[in-house]
Amino acid sequence: MTHESDVLILGGGPAGLSCARALRGLGIHNTVLLERESALGGIPRHCGHLGFGLREFGKVYTGPDYAKRLADEASGSDLKLNMTALKLEPGGLVRATGPNGPQDFHAKAVVLAFGARETPRSARLISGGRPFGVMNTGALQQFVYLHGKCPFERPVVIGSELVAFSTLLTLRHAGLKPLAIIEESARITARAPGTWIARLGFGVPVLTNTRLLRIIGRDRVTGIEIDRGFGPEEMACDSVILTGRFRPETAVIAPSHVDIDSGTHGPAIDAYFRCSDHRYFAAGNVLRGIETAGQCWREGKAVAGTVVKALENGLPVREPDARVTVQGPLAYVYPQRIYRDAPIDHPLLFKARVTHAVRGRLSVAVDGSVVWSRRISALPERRIAWQLPTRDIGSCQQVSVQLDAA
Amino acid sequence: MVIIGAGVVGCAIFRRLAMAGLAPIMLEAAPDILDGASKGNSALLHTGFDAPEDSVERRCIQSGYREYLAIKDKLNLPLIESGALVVAWDEEQLAKLPAIVAQAHRNGVADVTQIDRDALRRREPHLSARGLGAVHVPGEHIIDPWSAPLAYAHQGLAHGGKILRRCRVTGGAFDSTRWTLQTTLGDISAGVVINAAGNHGDLVEAINQPPAFAITPRKGQFVVFDKPASGLLHAIILPVPTERTKGVVACRTAFGNLLVGPTAEDQQDRDRADVDHAMLEQLIAKGVEMIPGLAQHSVNAIYAGLRPATQFKDYQIAVNRERRWITAAGIRSTGLTAALGIAQMVGRSFAESFGDMREVDPIWTPVPNLAEDRPRQYMTGGDIVCHCELVTRSEIAAALAGPLPAGDLGGLKRRTRCMMGRCQGFYCSAQVLAIAEGRLQP
Repeated sequence: MTHESDVLILGGGPAGLSCARALRGLGIHNTVLLERESALGGIPRHCGHLGFGLREFGKVYTGPDYAKRLADEASGSDLKLNMTALKLEPGGLVRATGPNGPQDFHAKAVVLAFGARETPRSARLISGGRPFGVMNTGALQQFVYLHGKCPFERPVVIGSELVAFSTLLTLRHAGLKPLAIIEESARITARAPGTWIARLGFGVPVLTNTRLLRIIGRDRVTGIEIDRGFGPEEMACDSVILTGRFRPETAVIAPSHVDIDSGTHGPAIDAYFRCSDHRYFAAGNVLRGIETAGQCWREGKAVAGTVVKALENGLPVREPDARVTVQGPLAYVYPQRIYRDAPIDHPLLFKARVTHAVRGRLSVAVDGSVVWSRRISALPERRIAWQLPTRDIGSCQQVSVQLDAA
Repeated sequence: MVIIGAGVVGCAIFRRLAMAGLAPIMLEAAPDILDGASKGNSALLHTGFDAPEDSVERRCIQSGYREYLAIKDKLNLPLIESGALVVAWDEEQLAKLPAIVAQAHRNGVADVTQIDRDALRRREPHLSARGLGAVHVPGEHIIDPWSAPLAYAHQGLAHGGKILRRCRVTGGAFDSTRWTLQTTLGDISAGVVINAAGNHGDLVEAINQPPAFAITPRKGQFVVFDKPASGLLHAIILPVPTERTKGVVACRTAFGNLLVGPTAEDQQDRDRADVDHAMLEQLIAKGVEMIPGLAQHSVNAIYAGLRPATQFKDYQIAVNRERRWITAAGIRSTGLTAALGIAQMVGRSFAESFGDMREVDPIWTPVPNLAEDRPRQYMTGGDIVCHCELVTRSEIAAALAGPLPAGDLGGLKRRTRCMMGRCQGFYCSAQVLAIAEGRLQP
């Protein structure tokens, strides 16, 4: 039998839980949330260190405590654990499965909040053997914080995005110090470079301008081969932690009818967080990889607002008036779909990322004429956000976002 | 009697001889079966349409093919009836197609036909428009490369066979009636020795006699794309073969992915199959050239296998009656299909030379289904541990128990597909290892 509700949220991380809580605050009491794990909270659940919740709750939490608070605040909704969404059908029908077998869910609005994960070794096409001991931060955190063990002793950390900060804290919790942090670019990617690495890196060498050439080992990792610009050299280690390069978790979305954007790799949305099938909405890191838990929490809250509008038939039902095209060294821009009257009472908020460190002029052209521009100096891991007054959209058919490197 | 090597060939021989009441012992150097050449292949069930007509290989492929179809349901093994298309991408290749059809017919694969450009387009709308025509081979199919030999091993065990893992053969002596094999688990006595040692075939052969062949492992790298990509293909896309290799194949997998590979790279190392960034990029480029839509899909997994190539094109199957030694070596990429046929051939040789074969009622040992086209366990409920491949806790527990439990993490992955999906263990590896705690030998 199909389980009916007003709203169905897929994913019990910061975005999904915040959406559930906000919906209740807005008077929607018939919300179901499906979480595939046996506990709520998403990724913060296994980030055992401090650094969560300051903006949302005015207090700094560890990941698990933050996850617990999110879950407590959402507890008024019907939160179903161990339920895995398998298939999205047009019109808000979701096929799922759980401990008791298959179960269909149907809702007037479905919020996709699947989150994101790091790119594994395979998709990075890294050369070498395929031994045990090559893993992402997410897996490392689960080993250390959820299972209380670390299956190695001498790791090397690849990448210096913000998540590498969590990798270092996780290793420290396990009583380990990585042999090195290896970064391909000339500088550390995370913002405030140098400071946190210096403060929390406890003397871990940071090798910038260094490429990982190869993983050595058949059954277990025995070392890596790197190139610091002087040709290949070997470094002994027993594990390789691949950090960052987050990708939206679209396992269920990609095979479905809901459109995916080739820039964000997440579902394409309009300013209401609505997907190509208007019954579906998306929020949090499934929109792109990756923002902080706090940002996902805010998006969960925001999407609750537009879901309520949708339930009141307050959103345009036509196809979007324009699609955003992207030019220059921009990895992505969202929303990707524009209504000229949207959002009805707010300026249009764009978010974007660059592909590499770049200075230049970012501009928005509507039907060929530039309506907004700004000089920027951006790093790939820093979100660029700007607003466009609705009046500037006019009777648009084509919106183009362009970045010209200086 | 002792079989050296628990790859697909060893497992099939083990099954055949066990079912004849011979209680064989199979020795495997690695912590688990299927850890060598059988670990990384393209998972195809071949008709033998393109095998050399008078070869041992063709006979084994074709008898193996027939036996697989006959036993698959009883062992709960999948069959994705995709068919194959040998696609000509230029005029030169197009000119070779009639000869391929003619050879297929000579090989007894009568339903093989040549199709034109339009028919190719209709069959495979996502294939590049550069395809000029193809040979259609309806009988080529996709199977599960690990569950099949696992089922053979299980059936052999049920019939009284014995498998010793982490048992490397280091030498041996023949005293004119029996062999004494030296192994890392001590001396093992054998009435007959069967060499199915894959990439170590010539080294094991040297225990008996100077080998008539030398093995140069040929590495094949593969790229596995995420499941949505499987919608881009129906048939197995084969290239027009060259002298050296069957070339790069693109096909779906039994697990619902899309596979591109293998490369063909000779190397000396018999145990290590490294992947290489540049070659993987070339494979992806090759895949996108064949199927432009593939560019939009992400890579799930990368792997490399070693196939035991010799200086000869054909398999090296021989019996030395005096020294009570059977050789089944140089089994290249077609071994997954041919294994059951090789086992029949070895069984016949055994009966002729050493006698003592019995007919016993078969005990069927169905294995858990991992293929996407048939019911999986999660569909009836269960605690899902691996979300990418939808593997349940009880499937993992089952693979760690029974008469042939997983011997290492690789064996567990091959038995269940846990950690083999798009996240490669980001979400589940800690939990999988917690379930396996104390169950996998260190």
